[in-house]
Amino acid sequence: MKKPVNEDPQSVSRRNVIKSLFTLAAAYTASGCQRDADALSSFFNSHFREMSPEKLKTTLENWERRYKKTYNRELSVNATPAQEGVLFGYALDVSRCIGCRRCVYACVEENNQSRDPQIHWIQVLEMDNKHGIDLRYADAYYEAEKVPEEGKFYFPVQCQQCENPPCVKSCPVNATWKEPDGIVVIDYEWCVGCRCCVAACPYGARHFNWTRPSIPAEELNPNMEYLGNRPRPVGVVEKCTFCLQRSRNGRYPACVEVCPVGARKFGNLLDDNSEIQYILKNHRIYILKEELNTQPKFFYYFSI
Amino acid sequence: MQSQQTPNNMKRLLSSIPLAGVVVIPILIASGPAVPRDESSSSETQPEELIAVAPPPFSEGIFPCSQCHFEDDEVDSSHRDVDFHDTVQFDHAADSRWCLDCHDAKQRDMLHLADGRLISFEESYRLCGQCHAQQKRDWDAGDHGRRSGYWSGKKEYLLCAHCHDPHSPAFQPLVPLAPPIRQEEIR
Repeated sequence: MKKPVNEDPQSVSRRNVIKSLFTLAAAYTASGCQRDADALSSFFNSHFREMSPEKLKTTLENWERRYKKTYNRELSVNATPAQEGVLFGYALDVSRCIGCRRCVYACVEENNQSRDPQIHWIQVLEMDNKHGIDLRYADAYYEAEKVPEEGKFYFPVQCQQCENPPCVKSCPVNATWKEPDGIVVIDYEWCVGCRCCVAACPYGARHFNWTRPSIPAEELNPNMEYLGNRPRPVGVVEKCTFCLQRSRNGRYPACVEVCPVGARKFGNLLDDNSEIQYILKNHRIYILKEELNTQPKFFYYFSI
Repeated sequence: MQSQQTPNNMKRLLSSIPLAGVVVIPILIASGPAVPRDESSSSETQPEELIAVAPPPFSEGIFPCSQCHFEDDEVDSSHRDVDFHDTVQFDHAADSRWCLDCHDAKQRDMLHLADGRLISFEESYRLCGQCHAQQKRDWDAGDHGRRSGYWSGKKEYLLCAHCHDPHSPAFQPLVPLAPPIRQEEIR
């Protein structure tokens, strides 16, 4: 068989193109601009769950360097694993919530949500006493001089950390999954921005970065998690993670600590002596859209 | 990282309390409400289960009461409106209750339980719990009221009086923070 001969010695072969591309990439990397090299290497990142411990370590270091450069301050990017024997649960006392929205903004600050364009992981819905929990009469944009208002009650909604999460099933690239402690996380480097999960979530808990998110450097929370509150790139989806940068280190989520009426409760569902177990045993529990069989680990209850 | 976070939390915690001129040191009370907990489930980060209570929310210039009330003062213990403490809006079953039902007439810087036992202001939850047993039970269990700190270990409590003014205990309405920007207005 006759081999195809390259008649014109000046023509470009595929091999040479690839060669020169790699040379360029190497030169770019070696040019001393560490940040751009980090950007380049993150382009070839693996899926979070496929990273070796060494790869994970260098990836976290890359991101720390990149964020330090961007925000010009000390910070850390961690990948704290789930604690063994822990399944997180959350309970919210609907009869105590007064709709003050302290939780919304504590969450924004803790989790480095974009200020402009605005992203909120928590929506507080105002509802009418006469209609009860009926989303047709819910208003997230209520304005009031003082809360609670007469005849109203308040119903905060955020990611319900479903045991049977429709968002995870809908992701075509496995960029989102449920961790062993029950928290549904997103690999922002793997997300392709198709927004199938946004459409699949029945709670409106997932939010898409339509443009580059912005966070003032002085307001940045420097204690970051790779799968949690680190600043997100444009074109990916984000959502509540039960503040995994706090909860996996034993602490309460920010919204729990800020709630002025103590309506928010958090703990380990597998611990019989936990606060969350006490609440589940002693109060009437309401599950939002229970009929969808999403099996949330976010429980609404009524103590009064 | 955690040590950086703690002052933030304290600030947040305290900014929501009408504290004035009180030194901000959580007082560790060993004999506080018992929280039965399995040691094996606690996190390694905070093994000890101490219960911290923020200092009671005294009004400035009022406490200690013994500045004005002396131990050997003659006490008129008939139920009446007290005109000096006009800053106190008393709206806590006022028909059947007055100052000396909770404040001690002899030890002015203390409170007393129904059986006469003296308790400090730091333990005032025991006094409240005499009538509000259900709330006290739920507070002990971490259900009623806010906690901060560690779900897996050391927790910080608030006293009843931090949220409910003992003289007028109804929770006061708050000014809500700004509503979100409407989706259609985000550019």
